Amino acid sequence: MTDLANIINALQLNVLTKQKDFSQIQVENGYTSDLLSCVMAGAPHNSVWVTLQAHQNIIAVAALLDLTAIIITEGATPDQNTIDKANEEGVNLLQTQYNSFFTIGKLWELGIRSGK
Amino acid sequence: MVANHPQKKRIITDQEAENISRVEELAYEIKVSEVMTNNLFCFSPDGKMEEVLEVFRQKRISGAPIISKNGELIGIISMEDLIRCLVDTDLQSKIEKYMTKKLTSILPTDPVIEASKKFVSTNFGRLLVVDKNQKLVGMITKGDINRGLLRALETDYQEEEIRIYRASHLFEDIESDRTSLILRYQIHQGDFDKGGQASSNIKRALLRLGASKQIARRCGIAIYEAEMNLIIHTTEGGVLRVEIEPHQISIDAYDYGPGIKDVDQAMKAGYSTATDAVREMGFGAGMGLVNISRCVDHMKLESVWGKGSRLKMRLFLDVENIKKEIAED
Repeated sequence: MTDLANIINALQLNVLTKQKDFSQIQVENGYTSDLLSCVMAGAPHNSVWVTLQAHQNIIAVAALLDLTAIIITEGATPDQNTIDKANEEGVNLLQTQYNSFFTIGKLWELGIRSGK
Repeated sequence: MVANHPQKKRIITDQEAENISRVEELAYEIKVSEVMTNNLFCFSPDGKMEEVLEVFRQKRISGAPIISKNGELIGIISMEDLIRCLVDTDLQSKIEKYMTKKLTSILPTDPVIEASKKFVSTNFGRLLVVDKNQKLVGMITKGDINRGLLRALETDYQEEEIRIYRASHLFEDIESDRTSLILRYQIHQGDFDKGGQASSNIKRALLRLGASKQIARRCGIAIYEAEMNLIIHTTEGGVLRVEIEPHQISIDAYDYGPGIKDVDQAMKAGYSTATDAVREMGFGAGMGLVNISRCVDHMKLESVWGKGSRLKMRLFLDVENIKKEIAED
């Protein structure tokens, strides 16, 4: 378990949504899939979700599941609408140039596990 | 010697921060006419300062306008002027001698923020409220503004309290043989931009009504999947209808086509008829209906090919269920 500030720092993530005190946000679990229904079924709440998807619907999924953050990989960039919606729903959007496999490896090193 | 004062920390809570901005908002919303004093006591310039002292003391006021014989506003007399007169022990002289002739006025239709600005720029304690026809209609002090803002904030606060109370007590307050709340959402085919909006709104409504987080979450997931099915798979969209009762939540998702050819197959995990374009967005995993069945206590899918489909879902809110939920968490 670690906090979101530590993750952002260690993975050098780009914060797309509003800055906040990420050190207060604890992260226990992680999940990855690019299929939204699988995320719906499998992501533990308060987890970080690693995905290649960058369209608006990922925000609804994260909000409904109370996910801590979404890490969008391979430099995929959501549009402004998606970022606005994320701010509205309080979902943290993070971005990396690395691919999902590398990102998950790093998260594992930080002590993030799959939860279920 | 330097005194070692402990550093005073000013902590503003979220609630306070909210109030600050609300006060600012109110300063623009509230009009001068809503907070001003309109029951004015006026003096004639020929009156004696003695009179002013008596009226100020009795009526507990600290300022009054001076009106000439032909009804014209010619000045203002304040506590400060009275003090000057008392220092001179000159109570027998005419008001005219001590009144302030420089007048600063404001329109009754101006927002109070304008009055505040004038107080800062002029250093006056009171402003005369004069309407468009140059008629004196009232007077305003900083105290009037503060009282007006506090009153408005209190009303705001009470309204919010009442709103929360009403939402969470909805079912207790209304007596009937069977009370229910029905929410309806029109879902349009292909409208991916709004995907998840109805389910988010329903989840929020349930939390306001006092549903547990787990129930709201389960409902949210089930409704999200049903909502996305209407967006992805129908010919012209459909309707989400949620009925909330004290003992259960019933969700109906229905559409007008095209219907499902093989319902049994549609229920199988991994089976999907989604197009490649939709799959690229991450939909069409063939998990939607499977997810729904995991989240609800009861589901029934009916469909006629060429006509449309109806998916009925139910969540029970009885005590046994709540116990089970707590144990699982």
